[in-house]
This record gives sequence, structure tokens and C-alpha cells, in this order.
Amino acid sequence: MTSESVIQQKVKSGLEGRKVKLHDMSLRDGMHAKREQIPVEMMVKIAKGLDAAGVPYMQVTHGAGLGGNSIQHGRALASNAEYISAVAEVVKQATISVLLIPGLGTMKELEEAYQCGARSVHVATHCTEADTSPQHIAFARKLGMDASGFLMMSHLNSAEGLTEQALLMESYGANTVYVTDSAGAMLTHEVTHAISMMRDALKPETEIGFHGHHNLGLGIANSIAAIGAGATRIDASLAGLGAGAGNAPIEVLAAVCDRMEIETGSDTFALMDLAEDVVVPFMDHVVRADREALTLGFAGVYSTFLLPAKRAGERFGIPARDILVELGRKKMIGGQEDMIQDTAMTMARERGLLKESA
Amino acid sequence: MNKIKCALIGSGNIGTDLMFKLLRSDVLEPVWMVGIDPNSDGLKRARDKGLKVTHEGVDGLLPHVEEDGIQIAFDATSAYVHAENSRKLNELGVFMVDLTPAAIGPLCVPPENLGDLAKATPMNVNMISCAGQATIPIVSAVGAVQTVEYAEIIASLSSKSIGPGTRANLDEFTFTTSNAIEKVGGAKKGKALAIINPADPPMIMRNTIYCEVEGEPDEAAITRSVKEMIAQVQKYVPGYKLVNGPDFDGNRVAVFMEVAGLGDYLPTYAGNLDIMTAAAARTAEMFAERILDGSMELKKLEPAQ
Repeated sequence: MTSESVIQQKVKSGLEGRKVKLHDMSLRDGMHAKREQIPVEMMVKIAKGLDAAGVPYMQVTHGAGLGGNSIQHGRALASNAEYISAVAEVVKQATISVLLIPGLGTMKELEEAYQCGARSVHVATHCTEADTSPQHIAFARKLGMDASGFLMMSHLNSAEGLTEQALLMESYGANTVYVTDSAGAMLTHEVTHAISMMRDALKPETEIGFHGHHNLGLGIANSIAAIGAGATRIDASLAGLGAGAGNAPIEVLAAVCDRMEIETGSDTFALMDLAEDVVVPFMDHVVRADREALTLGFAGVYSTFLLPAKRAGERFGIPARDILVELGRKKMIGGQEDMIQDTAMTMARERGLLKESA
Repeated sequence: MNKIKCALIGSGNIGTDLMFKLLRSDVLEPVWMVGIDPNSDGLKRARDKGLKVTHEGVDGLLPHVEEDGIQIAFDATSAYVHAENSRKLNELGVFMVDLTPAAIGPLCVPPENLGDLAKATPMNVNMISCAGQATIPIVSAVGAVQTVEYAEIIASLSSKSIGPGTRANLDEFTFTTSNAIEKVGGAKKGKALAIINPADPPMIMRNTIYCEVEGEPDEAAITRSVKEMIAQVQKYVPGYKLVNGPDFDGNRVAVFMEVAGLGDYLPTYAGNLDIMTAAAARTAEMFAERILDGSMELKKLEPAQ
């Protein structure tokens, strides 16, 4: 279904004929950009469009994944079971995946997701804590699911460190391991370096994935670098609908792949239409590298912190950028959303804006 | 004064930290430490402190229980093996303090229900989890003022303080802590989240407690109740400290805590070890006092047929 490019590459990239599986994140990472407020009907509409466009994988859950409905991560309009079941009912060819972060989601919830129709899972840990995932990866494989190990905040580990963690996840049974640039902070050569090293170390049949954020405007470039280094699965979302400045926009990625003669099996024009006609009008804000989202990439902060930091900033009178920089300095990681308000309150007290002291 | 002789099962972070606390106790005397790795740091430290050690697991301890007069055992292994450990020791009349998330005995948070538990005569009490010990007192304190419809706690733990047992038991940690927020904390619904942060230098254990209360929160009464509870916990965990809050946003109460440890085994960032081991030591002391004054008698539990 790949659209034929009307212009030819002037110089070959060497990636011609590579096969890459696109994994859409609009209905999971995109939940963050919508403050977890995507109605079931809209999920179904977008899922139908992605399925028809030939996208092979789509992730469907609360932004924080299984178990995500909480004060910490926001309450979605429907339960994960409701979202997954509704999408499973309309999807014809695509595989539905879920996100599971151990410590938040449990195997009980994974089994429920499986029963609702999910057949693939990103088991996510911080990029140095892979050893909190063996139970969950093994359980996913036992259910017969496609299981990816998802090394979040990969910019906080070296290529050697990431490779070590990837080998652990592979040993637990993961058939794919991801470099996950949750903060949109990785530079293109860093992606190449990390994935090349992983590619050399992992079994040939273990796939490598890349999940980018566009905070430094490198979502597409990093994805292409990842493919060049041996990645075969790339996460992306319609019009970039995702946390921070969003993920790599899937329609842009598909177009670049077409021009580079990388095979995605997806219909680029159909993805463009879906992004433009359905997703963009549905956005609450233009998902782009605005001042705060750019700060995420610049300071290496978890992309999901963007909107809560803006809210805390307004409530306590501290610029969101100051809060984000401080969170980066304190090395806060994904899942520590409570530390956003805590940090804002501490900063407000230091600046004489908050009277009551602890 | 007589002391009750104790055995520590598990020579990891928790077991080793607990040993240092028991060595200071007026009523408890650690006599044995049980491990499975002869080269573990915990066993080495126990040997240095004059404890008897075995690396053959609980079965290496059993033949010595009667001759060494062991009456209380602490299990700091893993949820998967706890039930078996407890059964074997209960059959010999040893009272079990469970520091794994197995939770087969009544759940115990000292300032909340230790008094009531000590009146009963259980042979096994469960200490829930570090996050449970650090947050349930706050949920109870809010609940003492107003009904808590929903309580959610987030524990951030430094990576260096989390041993392999806890890492392999994250689901059990979640289930046991969530359940205890309801059963002991009194919330109608409870949810627990854990995050392991690898920052270096390591971050001090942090806990955030969110409570959604029925009706408009009585801010003054809740603030007073929370601060009184913090003072209670500080009696056995001096590093238990309020950082921000209580903050009120609609019917939501948010309390941001930090727990610095005493640095007995791991450095002070590992407050999660201290709050667990200090709670376990305090619990065991309460039962030890009852054994010593004759008001509680340990009976050998008959093996199940």
C-alpha cells in the first residue's frame, strides 16, 4: 500500500527495501495530550482509520497504561477494558497493544487486557530498572502476546548500559526491546550509537524498536537513524498526538519512508487525511515544541510532565519552565508526577508565594 | 532483664537493617540469621555481630529453634516462600513477623492497630510494605476526621535500596499495599503506586498521599490530625517528615512526606528500609513484652492434616 513517491532520491540512503513496522501511539501517548479525555467513539473512529491505512500495530490505553486511572495520572473517560474492547471490535488487521509499567500496572490487568483483545504489550521500566519486568514479560509471553521491553528515559543511560538492560529483557522473553526517548532529549548520533550496540549484542531474531518524542524537533530524524542502525519497529502518532511536543508524526514518518523506499506497508495519504481531518481538529492545543515542550527535551524531563507542570505553575505562580528545569535537576522520572506539585509548592515557598509552611 | 530470642530469615537489605535495630532492643535479642548465599553481605555482618548464621535457608535453622529458645522470627525473604517458612516455624511455636507482601496474617501498622492486635494472640502478623507503613498512618489520620472515599499513595524509592526480592514482587507489593489502605487505613477504596528512581546521589524515600474525602474537607481538623499522627510515627522513625501540605483542592487532600533512615545498614536515603524494620521491631517488642509478662503464651500450631 506504500504510496509511490513522485520524486526520486538523488543519492541512495542504503535503506531501500528495509521493512519497518509502524506502531501507532495516538490512542495511548495521545491520551496525555488530551488529558486522558478521549471518548470511546473517537478512539474507535481513529482506530478504524489506522486499520484501514494498513498500520500494523496500535496502542490503546490510558496514557500511563494499565492501572493508569488514578489521581496521579488522571482519570480517563472510560476504563482500559472499555477502550480496548471497543477498538478490538472494529479493527480488522491491526494488532492492539497496551502499555504496562510494573509498579503501576499488574499481571491481573494484563490478563484482562488480553481478554479484551490486546495481543501485544510494551512492558516499560525506567532505563536502568529492567529487572522489575521479568514477571510481566514472562506472563505476556505465556499468554501468547507479542512482548516488547520498553526502556524509558533512555537518554539517562549509556549505550553500554542500555544494551545490558536490553539483554536482561531479552532473557525474560521480550521479542523486541525499545530505546524509548521519553524526554525527547536524545540526539541523532546517540540513537544510532545505542541501537547499533544493541543490535550487535541481541539475538538476531530479537527486534529493536524506537519510541521518539519531538521536543527537540528530532522525532523523524531519530526514527530514521534508528532504522539505519537496525531498528525494525517505530512508534509514532497521528499529527504527533502525544506527550510533550508529541511523538514522531506518523504521516510524516510514512512519507519520509516512502521517499527513502523503506517499506512500512501503510498508506501515507490515508494517514495524512486521518491526521488532518480527524486528529488535528480534535486537539486541545497545538502539539508542538513550544517553550515548555522544548524545555523537556533540553533539560531531559519526562514528556508527560508538561501539562501537569503548566497546571501547577498556574496554581502556585511559578513559571512552568522553572518547575520543569528543577524536576530535571532532581532527576525525577516517569511516574513521579506527584513531585510536580511538591516541587512547585517548595519553589513557591522559597519565593515567598506560599505562606503556610509544612 | 530477660530478652526474647529472635531469628532473622533473609539476609538482604531488610533483614540486615532489622538486625541492627534488634541489637539495640531492650526486649529482643537477635540470635540467628538465615540466608541462602554463604557470601552474602548480610550473613557476614551477622557473623561479625556474634549471631549464628546458616546459608541453608529456614531448614538450616529448624533443628536449632528449640535448643536456642527462639520465640520470634522475622521473615524478610519473599512473598513466594513466606507461607512455607511461617508454617514450619509456627509448628515449633515460633511467632512470625512477616516483612514480605505475602500477608497471610493480620496486617499491622503500629500507630494504627498494634494495640488491638496485641490483645489477640495471632501467630503471624504482616507488616504490609514500606510504602504501607509510610502512608497508611496518614490515610487513617484523614479518616479520623472524615470518611475517605478513595486513597491513593505513591512511593518513590531509590534504586539502590531495592533488593531483588522487592523487584521480583512488585505486583504483590501493589496488591498488599492497596488492600491495606482499605483494611487498616479505612479508605473505602485504596490504590498504591511504586516508582524506583536510580538518581545518584540517591533520592530520599518520598511518599505522596492523596485522599478524596466525603463532603467538604475540614481543613483545620485534618491538618491537626495529620500532624498528630506524624508525631506518633516519629517516635519510632525519627526521619519521618512532612515536606508539603496538607494541601486542599476540592475534596482532595494531598500530603507530601519524606522518610530519612537512621543509616543502620544502607545510608539515610533508604528510609523505606527503616520504616519497615522499625515498625517490625516495634511490633515484635509489643508481643515480646506480653510473652515476658506472661499475658501471651506461644503455642505450637498443629501441622495441617
